[in-house]
Amino acid sequence: MLQLRRLLSASPLLLALVMGGCADEGSGGGGVQSEKMATIRSRGKLVCGVDGKLPGFSFLGPDGTYSGLDADTCRAMAAALFGDPGQVEYRDLNSSERFAALASGEVDMLARNTTKTLSRDSAGGNGISFGPTTFYDGQGMMVPAASGIASLKDLDGKPICVESGTTTELNLADRMREQGIAYTPLKFQTGDQTYAAYLGKRCVAVTSDRSQLAAKRSGFPDPDQHVLLPVVMSKEPLTPASINGDPAWADAIRWTVYALFQAEELGITQANVAEKLAEAKANTNQGDLRRFLGVEGDFGKQLGLPADFVVQAVTAVGNYGEIFERNVGRASALKLDRAENRQWTDGGLIYSPPFR
Amino acid sequence: MDRRWPDLFTAVPLITPDAYPPMSEQKPPIPWWRDRRVIPWLVQGVVGLAMLVVIALLVGNLVRNLTAAGLLLSWRWLGQPASFDVAESLIPFDAAMPYWRALVVGLVNSLRAIVVGLVGATLLGTAVGMTAYSGNGLVRRLGRIYVEVIRNIPLLLQLLFWYFVVFLSFGNGTEALQIPGVVLAKSGLYLAWFAEGWSWQGPQLVNGIWQAPWRFSVEFAALLTGLITYTGAFVAEVVRGGIAAVPRGQWEAATSLGLHWSQSMRSVVLPQALPVIIPGLNSQYISLAKNSALAVAVGYADLYSVAETTLNQTGRALEVFLLLLGAYLVIDLLISAVMNGLNQLVQIRER
Repeated sequence: MLQLRRLLSASPLLLALVMGGCADEGSGGGGVQSEKMATIRSRGKLVCGVDGKLPGFSFLGPDGTYSGLDADTCRAMAAALFGDPGQVEYRDLNSSERFAALASGEVDMLARNTTKTLSRDSAGGNGISFGPTTFYDGQGMMVPAASGIASLKDLDGKPICVESGTTTELNLADRMREQGIAYTPLKFQTGDQTYAAYLGKRCVAVTSDRSQLAAKRSGFPDPDQHVLLPVVMSKEPLTPASINGDPAWADAIRWTVYALFQAEELGITQANVAEKLAEAKANTNQGDLRRFLGVEGDFGKQLGLPADFVVQAVTAVGNYGEIFERNVGRASALKLDRAENRQWTDGGLIYSPPFR
Repeated sequence: MDRRWPDLFTAVPLITPDAYPPMSEQKPPIPWWRDRRVIPWLVQGVVGLAMLVVIALLVGNLVRNLTAAGLLLSWRWLGQPASFDVAESLIPFDAAMPYWRALVVGLVNSLRAIVVGLVGATLLGTAVGMTAYSGNGLVRRLGRIYVEVIRNIPLLLQLLFWYFVVFLSFGNGTEALQIPGVVLAKSGLYLAWFAEGWSWQGPQLVNGIWQAPWRFSVEFAALLTGLITYTGAFVAEVVRGGIAAVPRGQWEAATSLGLHWSQSMRSVVLPQALPVIIPGLNSQYISLAKNSALAVAVGYADLYSVAETTLNQTGRALEVFLLLLGAYLVIDLLISAVMNGLNQLVQIRER
């Protein structure tokens, strides 16, 4: 009897739990409805999915802090949300885990050198909402300098190392099939294993995004002994992403990243942002600048962010140009040119729609 | 009479007869909800109903959310071209073939590793398990060291060791490790076998590339070495336990018949140990089959590896995982069924 009574008293509780899980949510008050942003606010931290092992993009340094272009994107988002770039919890994800982690809500967003593609974007595919591309990349091929391999044709019949579950793997198959080159793809689950097999000389070449190859090469014992073949096998727009179904959160990510682009275009840097803000406050005739920095208008409110989110983001990580140069540019270990990643005013692809 | 002692031997009623309820014929009938015959059914009914409601809610929730996300179960993608290559395959495959074909390639590769692994682990494990009863102290101790070292190190670590440290340390071409009939190079493991006309053909170096009747990739070789040595250690313990279960008198009886060690082991002890060994082997075999999914760590194109690529290109996580779960479940159930059949065969028939 006691057991029965206990069970009977517990079962409505159980039902309530399950029903609660099904109940429709998202009926929060206010102008912007975003379940995800409400969750992030109540948690007090942004959970950001990164690679964590890729110098220049997201790399866990010996002092326990993350650095890189992707890590800075996370930081800019945290600054825009909380006014504090430190409110980020990074989650290292391999290429196979990343979408599941995003779909399950384990991470709020991905800034993990993820290529924007149709099947990932579409609701019938991975169902991901992409923000603006933060790095235009292309797939390349790295070989030992001593191997004498100069083109894809020279790789006929040879084993090539590739990370499984990436667009890289598919592009490799397509390009080789087009050119009728037979090869053996050796697929590994993590980048570490892939490059270990390449350095162990199991394969004569390793393929990945050119930026990633350059980043990994910078960590090799002898970076000069490896060269990138002069082939670009694909378009790889590396783009931060959130899950479909929360447009307000996707917009917040989109426009925070655009703000970094726009700040560079307007010449607002980490160093002079305070000065520019004072200037905007003093001069009522500078409408564009005043709206951009949140002195007037309600752009922040429209996005569900604080009014000064642009100021916070730029103060935290600088504008896009500064982020690029610091992490992957000529001055960094990767030594990459701006190339396609210049501002549109310089002939590049970095373009922010107007802040209107 | 002076009663200085309490009367110990006279029964004194503790309760007067009036305290008992009257044993009347009109006892009220027990209500059904307190009937001992009804209560178990009631409890089970309520629990069953609650379970059904919970399951229905969860499934309903899943279906509703998947429908909302446009991800409801669909299998049409299985027929679309895979567009990716697989490193090695026993059946013909190219990137233009459909996903299901790629998954079959992965399954065949997995089965190859599992079957060869099972045979290898059994042979190695039986041999090592028997050394525990060897008269040679060195052999006995070596067997013990092998078991203790191998079974106390995580398998993933061992696989990475075999692949990156051992197999990738061999050279290519003339720098390969050459034993008569066997060549170990980075490009693969080459074995001699009978060529046409029953002529024995060993590995040969042609234009700097090894050629042999049998070639295995180093990924397969590393996976197999790892699986066999790891499972072999557990099998050895099962075999040792089985032999220990055979009464000592059987050894003595065999010896007194003039059989030497290997004869007594083979003809007297092992057959009697089998009924004890086989159920234990069953679970080791099953764990070997499951462990084969670690192949992805050493770049071997097993079912899990192919499924992972498929998952990332189609985005059909639920379907791919259902297929994976189903495949491993079926493999393990098959192993269990075979082992249970074997177990029936070796049971000692008592008259």
